[in-house]
Amino acid sequence: MTNEVAIEQTQNDVQTLDQAIDYLIKKYPNIVSKDTREGYGGVIVDRNHLIDVATTLRDELGYNYLSSATAVDYMGIAEPDSDMEMVYHAYRLSGGSALVFKTQAPRDNPVIPSLVSVFPATDFQEREAYDLYGIQFEGHPNLKRILLWEGFYGHPMRKDWKEAYYEEEHKPFSSRWPGGYVHRAEERNPYGKNVKYPADFDLSRLTDISEESLYAGLGLGVDVQSLGGEMRTDRLVVNMGPHHPSTHGVFRMVITLNGETIETLEPVMGYLHRNHEKIGERNTYLQNIPFTDRLDYLSSMGNNLGYVLGVEQLMALGSRYIPVPYRAEVIRVLMAELTRIVNHLWSIGFLLNDLGAFFTPMLYANNEREKILDFFEAVAGSRLMCNYMRFGGVFKDLPERIKSVANLVNDRVRDFNTMEYLTDIITERLPRFLDEYEYYLSENEIIKSRCIGVGVLPPDMAIAYGAVGPLLRGSGIPYDVRRAEPYSIYPELDFDIPTGENGDIYDRYLVRMREMRESLRILRQILPRLEATKGQEVWAGGKQGAYSPRIPVGEAYGRVENPKGELGYYIVSAGDPKGTQNPWRYHIRAPSFTNLTCLGPMSKGHKVADVVTVLGSIDIVLGETDR
Amino acid sequence: MYGRGIFKGLVVTFKHLINTYVDDFRYGWRKYSKDADNFEVRQGPKARGAFTVQYPDEKVAVPERFRFVPFLVVEDDDHPERPGHDWCTSCGICAKVCPPQCIWIVRSEDPVTKRPVPEPEAFFIDIDICMNCGYCAEFCPFDAIKMDHDYELASYDRTTAHIHDKERLSKPFSYWKSIAPTTAYEEMQARGGWEHSDVIKAKKKQAEQDAKKATATPTPVAEATATPTETTTDAPKEALSAEERKAKREAALARKRAKEESGGE
Ligand code: SF4
Ligand code: SF4
Repeated sequence: MTNEVAIEQTQNDVQTLDQAIDYLIKKYPNIVSKDTREGYGGVIVDRNHLIDVATTLRDELGYNYLSSATAVDYMGIAEPDSDMEMVYHAYRLSGGSALVFKTQAPRDNPVIPSLVSVFPATDFQEREAYDLYGIQFEGHPNLKRILLWEGFYGHPMRKDWKEAYYEEEHKPFSSRWPGGYVHRAEERNPYGKNVKYPADFDLSRLTDISEESLYAGLGLGVDVQSLGGEMRTDRLVVNMGPHHPSTHGVFRMVITLNGETIETLEPVMGYLHRNHEKIGERNTYLQNIPFTDRLDYLSSMGNNLGYVLGVEQLMALGSRYIPVPYRAEVIRVLMAELTRIVNHLWSIGFLLNDLGAFFTPMLYANNEREKILDFFEAVAGSRLMCNYMRFGGVFKDLPERIKSVANLVNDRVRDFNTMEYLTDIITERLPRFLDEYEYYLSENEIIKSRCIGVGVLPPDMAIAYGAVGPLLRGSGIPYDVRRAEPYSIYPELDFDIPTGENGDIYDRYLVRMREMRESLRILRQILPRLEATKGQEVWAGGKQGAYSPRIPVGEAYGRVENPKGELGYYIVSAGDPKGTQNPWRYHIRAPSFTNLTCLGPMSKGHKVADVVTVLGSIDIVLGETDR
Repeated sequence: MYGRGIFKGLVVTFKHLINTYVDDFRYGWRKYSKDADNFEVRQGPKARGAFTVQYPDEKVAVPERFRFVPFLVVEDDDHPERPGHDWCTSCGICAKVCPPQCIWIVRSEDPVTKRPVPEPEAFFIDIDICMNCGYCAEFCPFDAIKMDHDYELASYDRTTAHIHDKERLSKPFSYWKSIAPTTAYEEMQARGGWEHSDVIKAKKKQAEQDAKKATATPTPVAEATATPTETTTDAPKEALSAEERKAKREAALARKRAKEESGGE
């Protein structure tokens, strides 16, 4: 009893991150220690006591929102008994930066206790770490591969794993210059030496065992019949996707139905997996920026921003870092908020499609989206793959005019003053459209009856599952990275965080609608700032030498509130004490991926047709889910 | 009343339909004319109705910064001094910065001295792999590689048509000026003239030398005057050899200096 009181009291003292860390170290001497490596922060936890420490974090210190869990392979850098590391980022919902805790294991036999019982949010992320790094999570309820197929040999994110078309450890490849005699990868290395399979593997009898294991887990073939009330129903396994218009890409849901009611839903993903992170670790830091465009390809500006923020954190550890100029920050926010509108227009349009309002609302939204994409195209050079942010600024200032000229290839020209164009869409066109759109949709009886009370995610579950973005806010939790841990110039901007009440599909829809209005509010504050900073520089570092910067060693976690939720980049620069040209670790904590953890629980008890809308209301993009 | 929301939605849909026709009536037959003003208004933020561009009969001209597969800038064919000469000096920066590593450059060498010559012997871009990121154009120090606006590159056979060689990639400088006048102008200002930066540098040097010549003794000048006149009047070959000679001269001087230094110690 007295003990408890004592703990209660200390809790009240524990306000800041440092106090929390001290509290942990005091409570768990010899188990928790500070991470003292250069450029690192947080604590290292003995893996045998990981669950205790995590529980303390959650229950006593208030770090109950675990956002990111990922592995790092420190092969050849750390001691052999601790060269596989799991890194967790836990937050308080009241805001503030992460309490980073790590735990280490030898990479020969990496066994780490699973945190699913404490933080269910780690479910998919631990499966990913198992899949790509081979870490065994003791006590994980469903430790199967998640992005690759069952039966895949090896763990591709390990540092000693080589892909089929492996050329060199790092780019740039020496074969390109000065003696760059062109060849295709498939001419030189048709699968080559790098495809590995077990020694006793019979190549002539390739079977995909993942299907079997998947169905066995769901009880297929058992053909259970049960009497539900008056009606006799059969239990049935239905595959939705991977090619199904409602799945927004190549995503598959294996659903067990009792009659028409869903009993279990198992998301199956990875059809679009291209090992983005491995590619990222072969790339130089700069080369990753256009690759981030391909994650959530509907909001590439936001993806760029998260990544450059992460790398800038690392650069700031060095001495030669030039901070981002103010105008660049203004432009970054401009782009990020326009992207939010682009994304929400798209997601609401498709939600309506999923509800059966086939393409009319979608195309109205798209018509507006086009105007923003035209602006992106004129500024960044591309509508979707913007590749616009750079370390320390942005690629180029806004052009004076959004202008095209007739030439040999194209004939229909346009010419607008950029600021007038922006002012038009921000102050007139989009607000008018949103009014009309809400009038058009929000009171529609079909939408209401299909969305209200469907796919409910209670707030406590949303936190436990680490839901982010409109999904979390729809459940009534006002957590937004722009406020919780502000970046760029958000602290000086005035905006609210819309939340829902019931956590159903309709609330998520409303949250997105209101978020667009809040974005417009931000953009209206951005316009005068753009005018005021006209002509100032936008990229302090400039071009010179910027094509392969050396990044000081350390770790960084750049996170932004992307339209779909918190997007985080965990970047480690290690290996060369003078700084590195290629990231040692490049991990993306993708909102679409973690939000899918909630899909199964949210769909339980609903009908098949509702699953389609539940999925639509999460708003996923497979480029980001599968990476 | 149940159904009110649905009815409101129908009104909105109807309004959208009407708006498009109102625009059609307003602009009348001009929808099908080449009248640029009409097109611009209907594609701009002030338009109310929907407007479709009839691709491929009509094509929207893309903005200047639009990027598609890159091309190599070469001098115009009617360039007085170096017609068709590459702007690329085969420095290799684009090949190094290219994220998917789809640029392949063979640097040419002087057959005698084995010294690299600032001109690529071969240049390939695998357009299947190119991700149109624009880094090559952004980081090329000589403005020699630029992003094209021609996006119609589909073909029936990827194995034969999709590795663009130097010939296929090369486009005259006037083309770059035509697709991106503003950008080309900005670059011109940064370089200090419409010419290639090496040419500009050479000219500046020559001007300095000329100025020196006016003051200095006449003996060393005889040679110096002979080369520049050759560069300006004659074919590109001559210009090249002049550069070579300069490089040789500098290398010899450096060697001499090194010898003197080591000897002195
Ligand atoms: S960066 Fe420019 S000059 Fe250098 S090799 Fe590439 S195109 Fe040629
Ligand atoms: S645009 Fe990007 S991908 Fe394409 S050649 Fe240039 S640098 Fe490479």
